[in-house]
Amino acid sequence: MRLDNVSRDFGHMHALRDVSLTVERGEFVALLGPSGCGKSTALNCVAGLLQVTGGAIYLDEQRIDELGPEDRGFGMVFQNYALFPHMSVRRNVGFGLVTQRRPKPEIEQRVNEALALVRLESQADKLPGQLSGGQQQRVAIARAIVVGPPLVLMDEPLSNLDAKLRLEMRAEIRRIHTMLGCSTIYVTHDQEEALSLADRIMVMIDGQPRQIGTPEELYARPANADVAEFMGYRNLFASPSENGEAGLQVSVGGARLTGTAVGEVGARAMVAIRPDDLRLTGDGPIAASVEIAEYHGRDFSVVARAADGTELFFRSDQRVTAGDAVRLDAAPARVLVYPA
Amino acid sequence: MSAAQMSLRRRMRERGLDSVTLLVIPAVLFVLALFIYPFVYGLILSFHPRIGGWLANYQKFFSEPFLYDTIRITLVIAVPATILNVVLSVPVALRVRLMKKQRLLTTILVIPITLGTVMVAEGLLTYLGPRGWLNRTLLEFGLVDSPIRLIHNYWGVMLSLVITGFPFTFLLTLSYVTGIDPGLEQAAAVLGARARERFWRILLPLLAPGLAITLALAFVQAFTVFPSAILLGAPAGPTRVISIVAYQAAFEQYDYSLASAIAMLMAAVQLLIITALLASRSLVFRGPASSGKG
Repeated sequence: MRLDNVSRDFGHMHALRDVSLTVERGEFVALLGPSGCGKSTALNCVAGLLQVTGGAIYLDEQRIDELGPEDRGFGMVFQNYALFPHMSVRRNVGFGLVTQRRPKPEIEQRVNEALALVRLESQADKLPGQLSGGQQQRVAIARAIVVGPPLVLMDEPLSNLDAKLRLEMRAEIRRIHTMLGCSTIYVTHDQEEALSLADRIMVMIDGQPRQIGTPEELYARPANADVAEFMGYRNLFASPSENGEAGLQVSVGGARLTGTAVGEVGARAMVAIRPDDLRLTGDGPIAASVEIAEYHGRDFSVVARAADGTELFFRSDQRVTAGDAVRLDAAPARVLVYPA
Repeated sequence: MSAAQMSLRRRMRERGLDSVTLLVIPAVLFVLALFIYPFVYGLILSFHPRIGGWLANYQKFFSEPFLYDTIRITLVIAVPATILNVVLSVPVALRVRLMKKQRLLTTILVIPITLGTVMVAEGLLTYLGPRGWLNRTLLEFGLVDSPIRLIHNYWGVMLSLVITGFPFTFLLTLSYVTGIDPGLEQAAAVLGARARERFWRILLPLLAPGLAITLALAFVQAFTVFPSAILLGAPAGPTRVISIVAYQAAFEQYDYSLASAIAMLMAAVQLLIITALLASRSLVFRGPASSGKG
């Protein structure tokens, strides 16, 4: 599966610009980005629900972007599930096989297998309206995989579920993917979901792919400041930078820190630090006073203000309260410096 | 005592009755005065014929072909007109749903409703008449040898029922069509269903309950056809519909009792057909035409 410089315009608006992506057989790729970044547009282009206005899409070296959605043979899970409300679970799941004119016994057997896979055998004769959100989600997945598609597309499938069910279904999707090994493109705005599910992640911002990499790469080393911001590097500020004896020197909250350059860094730079990489130490270089401390069970999420007025976000194992004076430090490897 | 009042009020509230409920009283009185009372009055009147026993009016109606045949004549006009209107509305509504400038088109289509049947009938008389535009154009291009007859017969009434009835069925159908989640069609398409299959397997089953209601309402409109049956039809023959007979009984023979009986029979036929239509709804799916929490 390969996307070659795929673009999509709506009038004068470029919803998608030059998206190139290769999905290997059996790979699980997540399209991650803030809402409105074009990730759903990209998925709809792959599914054939939207025409591309530039570029090409190939499946096994065969060009498919001119085919209609009904000729691509993909499986798709929609955000609102889009189950047919007038059909039983069994007929919903079997729909893709019926349109392929498969013989009845085969349909029955494969529907039963798919329902067993999502553990819904007992609900097979109910209507979708009689099922819970999580069960409807399972039906949607079964319906998408029953045809044995070369590619499964999922459009924010977990966003309508509550937090607990979302974790359950996440594990379920991972389990089904491991069992079937079908290539999957998964659209989400939730970085945790993307990190935990995907083999590779493509981060999209403003209709453009900004980084493609493994979850580890994206988490530890975003390629640019925009991606860093989206990946949870909440401490993000402009700073002058200079190369000193100890390495690249930047200024954070009025103090000097040693950082690691990502790309060609000039005299002006952007510094990015994750809240969990900013540590509370007795003799850290940054002095700040705590403004808000939120208890998160395992630790505290703290907002503090440095001496020069910079807002800093960090996490603390110890109890801190508003008004406390704290000193902070970060390891040089975890202070990422980007060209401004 | 105060406690008893409280509990009464609370009991009422639990059944969804509170002081706001009182606001329906004017509407109830209105319906009673203008619908229920005349209906009951007419029903009783129909059993007090000028001559003969209490069923004499009905016996008379069903013994004279001149009278009872009007039911058949009216059905022969109303049923095809209703079905045609609904069958035309569905594809048009499906297409209009995708359009961005829906409002202009709906406005154009609503105009015939606001004009009223008499105005439409007048217009059709000149337009479709032997010396009207249509026939002159057809003659000019040599498509016909002599003017085709489209007025003062069955087709005139039929055409007028389509023109005045279509906007009504179309608007109703459009509201049912737009109620269907477009995601369902997309899902069906991704699963390999082509346009024809998507229509028969997804859209039509979800539309069916709405279409039953549209058919019922459109049928009532068509069955009570009166002005166009006189103006555009042949009121002495092929378009002698039942409302004409009721009118003649009341205002030409001054037999209000017979007229009431005919009106009651009209109501009975309509009730029969509507009941059949709405009962058939239970044979198909009746849930919401969307899925999930979306």
